[in-house]
Amino acid sequence: MSRLKVLLALIGALGVALAGLPANAMTIERIVSPAGIEAWLVRESAVPLIALNYAFTGGSSEDPADKTGLANLAASLLDEGAGELDAKAFHERMENRAIELGFNVGRDNFHGTMRVLNEHRDEAFELLRLALSAPRFDADAVERVRGQVLSGLRRETSSPNSIASRRWWETAFAGHPYGRQTNGTLETVPRITVDDLKTFPKRVFAREGLKIAIVGDIDAKTAGVLIDRAFASLPAKGDLKPPQPVIPRGLGRRIVVDVDVPQAVVTFGAPGIARSDPDFMAAYIVNHILGGGSFSSRLYREVREKRGLAYSVSDNLIWFRQSAVFIGGTATRADRTGEALAIIEQEIKRMAESGPTEEEVAKAKSYLKGSYALGLDTSGKIASQLVQMQIDNLGIDYVQRRSAMIDAVTLADTRRVAKRLFDGGLLVTVAGRPKGLASQGQ
Amino acid sequence: MLTGAAMAQTGSGPAVAHFTLPNGLEVVVIPDRRAPVVTHMVWYRVGSADETPGKSGLAHFLEHLMFKGTAKNPAGKFSQVVSTIGGQENAFTSSDYTGYYQRVAREQLKTVMEFESDRMTGLVLTDKVVLPERDVILEEQNQRVENNPGSRLGQQMDAALYLNHPYGKPVIGWRHEMEKLDRADALAFYKRFYGPNNAILVVAGDVDANAVRKLAEDTYGKVARRSDIGPRVRPQEPPPVSPRFLTLADPRVEQPSVQRSYLVPSSSTAKRGEAEALEVLAHILGSGSNSRLYRALVVEKDIAVSAGAWYQGSALDATKFGVYGSPKPGIALPQIESEIDATIAALIAGGVTAEELERSKTRLIADSVYAQDNQATLARWYGTALTTGNSVEDVRAWPERIRAVTASAVQDAAKQWLDKRRSVTGYLIKDAAPQTEKRS
Repeated sequence: MSRLKVLLALIGALGVALAGLPANAMTIERIVSPAGIEAWLVRESAVPLIALNYAFTGGSSEDPADKTGLANLAASLLDEGAGELDAKAFHERMENRAIELGFNVGRDNFHGTMRVLNEHRDEAFELLRLALSAPRFDADAVERVRGQVLSGLRRETSSPNSIASRRWWETAFAGHPYGRQTNGTLETVPRITVDDLKTFPKRVFAREGLKIAIVGDIDAKTAGVLIDRAFASLPAKGDLKPPQPVIPRGLGRRIVVDVDVPQAVVTFGAPGIARSDPDFMAAYIVNHILGGGSFSSRLYREVREKRGLAYSVSDNLIWFRQSAVFIGGTATRADRTGEALAIIEQEIKRMAESGPTEEEVAKAKSYLKGSYALGLDTSGKIASQLVQMQIDNLGIDYVQRRSAMIDAVTLADTRRVAKRLFDGGLLVTVAGRPKGLASQGQ
Repeated sequence: MLTGAAMAQTGSGPAVAHFTLPNGLEVVVIPDRRAPVVTHMVWYRVGSADETPGKSGLAHFLEHLMFKGTAKNPAGKFSQVVSTIGGQENAFTSSDYTGYYQRVAREQLKTVMEFESDRMTGLVLTDKVVLPERDVILEEQNQRVENNPGSRLGQQMDAALYLNHPYGKPVIGWRHEMEKLDRADALAFYKRFYGPNNAILVVAGDVDANAVRKLAEDTYGKVARRSDIGPRVRPQEPPPVSPRFLTLADPRVEQPSVQRSYLVPSSSTAKRGEAEALEVLAHILGSGSNSRLYRALVVEKDIAVSAGAWYQGSALDATKFGVYGSPKPGIALPQIESEIDATIAALIAGGVTAEELERSKTRLIADSVYAQDNQATLARWYGTALTTGNSVEDVRAWPERIRAVTASAVQDAAKQWLDKRRSVTGYLIKDAAPQTEKRS
């Protein structure tokens, strides 16, 4: 008892100390390039490098149903030859200056990253321009990278983690682009043609909807010039087919996929909450208490610490433009999978029915406020967060407003949202040979 | 192993402070004033290679049990406080070291130092917390190894490569020994190895060295040194005599591969310049799509989906240099292996080009500038160096040492160390036979 009191006293003191720290540490400038492209800039002269993150609207959900994996394959090929440079020459130009370019596909967006030493930034932006506006998709490079993607897909066919996850998404979003994996399937990836690949950048790489963040030892004027070099020649508008709004299905179902492994892998989840929903912060707090990534969550305590049922157990909120889920997972030995799953279901039910306690909410708020600065302590992390803030329409002053938004959530809010989030039942997929656990529901 | 030493020559990097408290605790302070946060780490000079035979997995098991509380701070309190103050925490174990860290707002540094210094010698364990945690590490072993054929092959290869040295044992442990580890084992290991004179405190972030010194004196400085921590003497490897080959067949293998590990010097055991040459060699041979192995196997011969090389330079004793390749469908593993052999033979015979050398050095030196962007990365570099036989100065001098590598040093390293007699080659293949035996 006395221990709890001490802890609460500590929280009181800390809330004050931590409020507003990230805001003090970082100034975000909105800049507009000579060609009219907007970007968010954080000037940081302590380290001689530049981190650039950007996102185009349109990701794997733009893939045709019979050619899933198209956006992913295109992204994997952007640094395999562009303009006059073949794959070897392009990579040499990058390596000679230790330039890093990354291209990743999400369901709604195409994400790019760059990291470069300040002295080589002109070369880096020139290579980025080539990759975005003149990718070659040479036949030999296409076949080579396609072979690598297929190799990864073959590996996934026997990986219990991939099997449980894939089955969950396919079931929750059956018939919708969100149900398809970004890397496609063994059937669809071989169908993708060079022409298909060439259409992808033309449709997606456009200035409308482009979000850019740049962090480093660079002023607004220079940043604007470099941004124009990479992005100004892209068309104003793309040619997108945005996905329809969708609600995850399959609640109440449990699907067991037989895989000969000693440890069964479990994925569980249900509809989540839109990032723009007024209840999002309350949901974020409740989810943190249930199964967020700390050593103090309810799931961690009940499944791992008290009973030793699993090494990892957690859950997350994930949101898309047209849907949202909460999704979690664990991995546990076959003869105790049923027990682990029962405890997870019971904890989710308990959270839906009674919500969190006042102490839990106070601690979670304190964590979520205090830990924010830890996600903003490298140039790459800052650039990534700034792009996501733009995608989510949070506003350039979000960093300053965030703590007050967390504080504004009441205990009643969290209980109401817990019910809304966790009361609808779960879709559960299991890959392995869990003893006494069979598929149920339909 | 790279370092923050590029800072010295660019003149823009932080000045790293290094001192030792009277009780033997070494302290490294790395300033990074960009965000109001600190990374606080304690590294112990003990890892799985220091375990008593028959107790494999004990170093890692103790790492888990370190979260189970002390007389002063009952189980869960430290983690609750870290979480409440918005901190992040975790721990890690390797063959040579065990580390604990928290990332917190700078105002909270003293709080985590108080907790961490308390558990340096104050751990209290009961079967009530030890037994469920043993189930947790067994599940971790399932998750990392049993569910993953590639990890199973890696364990078999390490066991075959090291004939005498405990690096042949998995850090997670052999399952039959893990199942028997108990409270007494953990406490005995703890009392043998945990104390200020076997530890290194690394603090990186928005704090200055004098402040850290004062805080360290007030917390860790009060912990009595252990008088009985001996030198780290492990059984060493005999000169390797014969190439070893093994095959791991598993029904879940959908992408076969060839792996090979060579027994080579580490940055701690190598002659001057040798580890740096091996680092550059690994880069030229197998890092990225213009490396020798990728060009030969994936692009020119078009027989593999991937191919590469790596060197694990940070180790107290003799370490590993690895090469690997995964075939395209229809290509047999011996063809991959012989192409890897031919690529290595060509490098030994013909050396490396000036362009390759320059490109690799540029990349490796740039990594030390990129690392300045991440205080946790820098903290890990210093912690790793100081627990694997290197010094703060070694870390700082890293870019100069890489810059000094010559083409002939790279060629000599390949000739001397990439000798098949020093190696084990592993094939990962699909087991197509029907399963009659039940795995436990």
